Amino acid sequence: MARSTPEQRRKTRVKAGFSVYYAIFLIFVYGPMFAMFTLSFQGRRGGVTFPMRGLSFYWWERLAGPSAVGDIKSSLVRSLILAVVVMVITAIFSTMLAMAFRKKFRGSGVLFYAIMAGLMVPGVLLSLGLASLLRVVGIPPAWWYSGLGVHVVWTLPFGFLVMMAVFNRFDDRLEEAARDMGADEWTVFKEITLPLVTPGIVAAGLFGFTLSYDEFARTTLLSGAENTLPLDINASLTQRVQPTLFALGTASTIFSLLMIGLFIVVYTILYRRSR
Amino acid sequence: MTTVEDYAQLARTAPRGLIGGPPDVRAEADRKYRREAGFPVPLLVAPATLWLIIFLFLPLISIFIFSFWKSTGHGMTPAFTLDNYRAFFVAEGFFDPKNPDFLTPSVFIRTLWTTFRFTVTVMAICLILAYPLAYFLSMQVEDFKWQLALFLLAMVPFWTSYLIRAVAWLPMLGRHGLINEFLLDIGAIEEPVSFFLYSEFSYTMALVQLYVVLAVGPIFFSLAKIDKTLLEAARDMGANPFQIFREIILPLSMPGIAIGMIFVFVMVMGEFATAVVVYGGKTSTTGTVILNYYAIANYPFAAVNAFMLMMAMMIGVVTILRVVDIRKEL
Repeated sequence: MARSTPEQRRKTRVKAGFSVYYAIFLIFVYGPMFAMFTLSFQGRRGGVTFPMRGLSFYWWERLAGPSAVGDIKSSLVRSLILAVVVMVITAIFSTMLAMAFRKKFRGSGVLFYAIMAGLMVPGVLLSLGLASLLRVVGIPPAWWYSGLGVHVVWTLPFGFLVMMAVFNRFDDRLEEAARDMGADEWTVFKEITLPLVTPGIVAAGLFGFTLSYDEFARTTLLSGAENTLPLDINASLTQRVQPTLFALGTASTIFSLLMIGLFIVVYTILYRRSR
Repeated sequence: MTTVEDYAQLARTAPRGLIGGPPDVRAEADRKYRREAGFPVPLLVAPATLWLIIFLFLPLISIFIFSFWKSTGHGMTPAFTLDNYRAFFVAEGFFDPKNPDFLTPSVFIRTLWTTFRFTVTVMAICLILAYPLAYFLSMQVEDFKWQLALFLLAMVPFWTSYLIRAVAWLPMLGRHGLINEFLLDIGAIEEPVSFFLYSEFSYTMALVQLYVVLAVGPIFFSLAKIDKTLLEAARDMGANPFQIFREIILPLSMPGIAIGMIFVFVMVMGEFATAVVVYGGKTSTTGTVILNYYAIANYPFAAVNAFMLMMAMMIGVVTILRVVDIRKEL
């Protein structure tokens, strides 16, 4: 074994200390989720806390059964549709905006802050403002338009920042070369720009999808008569909490994790291809 | 009219090194090219701008306008009244020395203050927890792939439902919760304490867990951007690790800290659901007040609370920005 200097040993110790801290941090962030996951397999007589009274799929079966926690299946479908639409709009808008921001234009400062404001304004304010406005105008809110509207306001800054970063590292000369060879704007975009920024667009879409799928505050007053999944979960919290809720939470979390995994895989493939 | 085509023509015909003749002509042609190449800007920004106007600005302006309207008990009518603001600021008996509530701020101001106090506590804890983590990832993990992987692992909860993460605290806290069981096992306490659930402790803890990743991200990015040769140079000149941290790393990571703190600040200020889940609704945040007044159809008063919340947040964000200049970061 190589002899190590005191300096190196000190470094190793520091690094080990930080690694332990990282592990504790992960336990803090993931721990509650694991407790929830375990308790979703609580025995039939068990409650929402430990100890486990046997193991069973009872609460998962109740979740799948009719009218367990509201009408989950249709609210899940609504949440998914909404998330997909938000994903597409976020990806398109972020790309368009980031392309515009490659040049200096009048009002770019204002627009930049306006986009970022979507990140800063709490959901409860947007919800209240739009819901009261719609009330005055006399149009009842519904998840597929007013819910969609505020979701995109929330996801757009994330997608926009991703695309800004992508275009920051973009080599303009590739497009110039294509133009010099007589390509029109649309061809340049389709053949040069788009293939190079696709990984970024996927990342922007990931933000759109997951943030919308889990969004609760912004939809609170704006989903109208039909609930999205987070709203149903919230409604079930006002009743007596049962392990069914943990099963639902586990299922939803696993779904989110799968989506993130899927996006990372797609991103990696596209990123390799665009090199 | 000189167009991109002309410039391209020039570039093709002029001899190498002499493209476009004198430098000012060249620069002018270059600027023209930059302006005219690509899709027209108005076309690119119009859809998103329109969207933001409808779904971000109109709602915010509505809050301001409706805060002056008159509540009718089941709705509101256009008016210009300051009664809502009076009700927000002035509690009954505020000016009456004989009243026990003399000079006691109204319940709404106190709620806003509590919300703010909680937020600052959560921000402080988030910073203390997030900084070492971001430091570890950016400075101690050398391999880029590992750095990215460990960073993503810490960030993943951000993409999962925050309601469910709040719910997940229930089995941890309560009287028979994991924390109590653990403390009983190691003999730290004699009998389970109820202090963990539905208390300030549980509320703060849950909020920190929900939002700490928002602080990790920006701090990590600003730390990762630091040029490592700077640190080496400082070491070569005899600086000890503490000096390197105080003189180089900390100042250079201030923008990241500011952005992270702004994120946590605005999120926790607007918080309302977590209080219900882990605090049993025993406390109210300004967010819950807003929703309660909306529920009883007193829209103008909900709007007043919302507007005051907005003001408090603006003051907070501006204060943070005054302390740290993040413009070079953006």
